[in-house]
Amino acid sequence: MKRFPEYYTIWNIAGHYGLRIFALLVLIFLMLPILVIMPLSFNSEPFFTFTEGMLALDAEAYSLRWYQEVVDDDKWRLAIRNSFVVGIAAALIATVLGTLAAVGLASPWMPYKRFITALLLSPMIVPLIIIAAGMFFFYTRFNLVGTFAGLIIAHAALGVPFVIITVTATLSGFDRSLFVAGLSLGAGPFKVFWDVVIPLIRPGVISGGLFAFVTSFDEVVLVLFLAGPEQRTIPRQMFSGLREQINPTILAVATLLVVLSAALLFTLEALRRRSVRLSGSA
Amino acid sequence: MNDLGSDTFLRFDNVKKSYDQKSLVVKGFDMDVEDGEFITLLGPSGSGKTTVLMMLAGFESVTSGDIAIAGKSINRTAPNKRNIGMVFQNYALFPHMTVAENLAYPLTVRKTPKAQIKERVAEYLKLVELSDFGARRPGQLSGGQRQRVALARAMIFEPTLILMDEPLGALDKNLREQMQFEITRLHKQLGFTVIYVTHDQTEALSMSSRIAVFNDGVVQQCAPPAELYERPSNAFVADFIGENNFVPGKVITLEGTTAQVQTDGGTIVAQAVDGLAIGHACRVSIRPEKLFIPPTSHAHDNALTVRFNTRIYVGDFIRYYFKLPDGTDIIVKVLNDLSAPEFADDAEAQLLWLASDSIAFPAG
Ligand SMILES: Nc1ncnc2c1ncn2[C@@H]1O[C@H](COP(=O)(O)OP(=O)(O)OP(=O)(O)O)[C@@H](O)[C@H]1O
Ligand SMILES: [Mg+2]
Repeated sequence: MKRFPEYYTIWNIAGHYGLRIFALLVLIFLMLPILVIMPLSFNSEPFFTFTEGMLALDAEAYSLRWYQEVVDDDKWRLAIRNSFVVGIAAALIATVLGTLAAVGLASPWMPYKRFITALLLSPMIVPLIIIAAGMFFFYTRFNLVGTFAGLIIAHAALGVPFVIITVTATLSGFDRSLFVAGLSLGAGPFKVFWDVVIPLIRPGVISGGLFAFVTSFDEVVLVLFLAGPEQRTIPRQMFSGLREQINPTILAVATLLVVLSAALLFTLEALRRRSVRLSGSA
Repeated sequence: MNDLGSDTFLRFDNVKKSYDQKSLVVKGFDMDVEDGEFITLLGPSGSGKTTVLMMLAGFESVTSGDIAIAGKSINRTAPNKRNIGMVFQNYALFPHMTVAENLAYPLTVRKTPKAQIKERVAEYLKLVELSDFGARRPGQLSGGQRQRVALARAMIFEPTLILMDEPLGALDKNLREQMQFEITRLHKQLGFTVIYVTHDQTEALSMSSRIAVFNDGVVQQCAPPAELYERPSNAFVADFIGENNFVPGKVITLEGTTAQVQTDGGTIVAQAVDGLAIGHACRVSIRPEKLFIPPTSHAHDNALTVRFNTRIYVGDFIRYYFKLPDGTDIIVKVLNDLSAPEFADDAEAQLLWLASDSIAFPAG
């Protein structure tokens, strides 16, 4: 039995446990829908429910057939390839543009700072469906609808705000006198930027890039509007999968996505710790 | 632009600076610096010392006037092309590079051959007594060690001019003294010219070949330490450098460099500075350690009667606080030995001093 301070009343103790139970319930509420699909993706039957064999932990009831199906299916293979191509290209563009924007916005001589920041962050706030509709009509004029270029540009625009936010956060800890010191040692402004500024804000740049990648990877609304059959990405393929052929391949893909997201999350956390360590010892 | 004397190492010619295009922060700064000098800019906060340094380094533009090195104006030279070393108060070491990489950076930028860089880094690490610390990050060094790395980094590319803006401000007293010694040693050994900014007068007095006292964007006096202390050219300098007593009075006669001054407590004699006029109000400065309380064997030719206020024991000295008849405070420093007298509260006392130890400045 846990020892409570002497002055605790019965209500304090009830509150103590109540808070923990409530927190646990919230966690279950958030995680259960995600966790429940994982075992289902190993179902050997084409159902979305736990079979009796699965509940009895019968090895026969589990299989990798839906994963096999994902790998064998040309449509899924195309979707996976597209998702990575679009995601990586969009993340690279967003990282470069977002980093430059953040550096510019951090300068004390930047005019209209608040207004421009708000403008650049707007893709995070404006409803996606509105962005998608706007882009659709705009891109039609330039024949960008149904092309990879169009989709990549659109996703890059969505990713830029994440990069700006993470890079701005690392820049706020950046000591401007380091830049001045670099100049005084004889290096030109671009060289100092490359040798001193970039290495010190690198954790922010990389985590911004990862966020941008995940944003593109998860995104389905813009894809629905802008992508043709050639540009189908994983979320788009899942979307049609849900309507056309209902079987656990979708669950297999979803499980793969969860694993990938978790891996990225761990990377981000590792980067954050590294940056804390670096700046802490500066 | 003006005709610039070509043999002066560094010349400020009527340099002015305004940040807001309205008020001048630096008002007509003139100074000639010889090769190898150690010049200190000393002055109250906000008097424009950092601004002068930043203009010299190229990080602030010059509003008007000229800064010239070896007779050539550098107003239009980019900061990274000026070849001026700089030491910052917060060290400004690159935290992601090792100590050796920090030192190598200015050489790498100048495309020095690799082998030579290695040699020079080792040499300068030795110079600042950090030979075993080359592989460490700045974060793993103590404050004094970081400052020495910053010093070595500012010197390693052999600039002829090194600027230091309160480089020891972040260090504790002991370390500061040690670093003062270190900087003086390196300056003597390597012969570069230093422009140094500090708040600390002891530091300025002990290190500099000349001190420029700043106030309100104007140099009040630029002179070697002893001259600044013994012969301040105006009341601001007399007050700012060291401690001083000011006795108010009126000039009654002026003969060469001697003035007779009428005060509430009697007539006294003092050295006169330019600008003093008969019949005008003046202030006579006397340093606390130049005042004597009788009985004394010291020679004197001035005396004033004062009232005892209090005395404070500060170890090697005893500080006496007296009041003049008009209420002005007078401080006297007496060596702490058996002769240090005791007074009753409000007791009358005499203070004695030499006319040559006091200076009369115009009042106001
Ligand atoms: N970037 C700037 N923009 C506007 N005003 C400035 C700027 N930098 C300094 N000033 C002003 O110029 C004046 C001189 O500043 P400066 O930093 O040169 O003083 P300082 O003598 O170095 O003072 P301290 O001893 O406190 O460092 C101050 O009144 C300051 O407010
Ligand atoms: Mg300053």
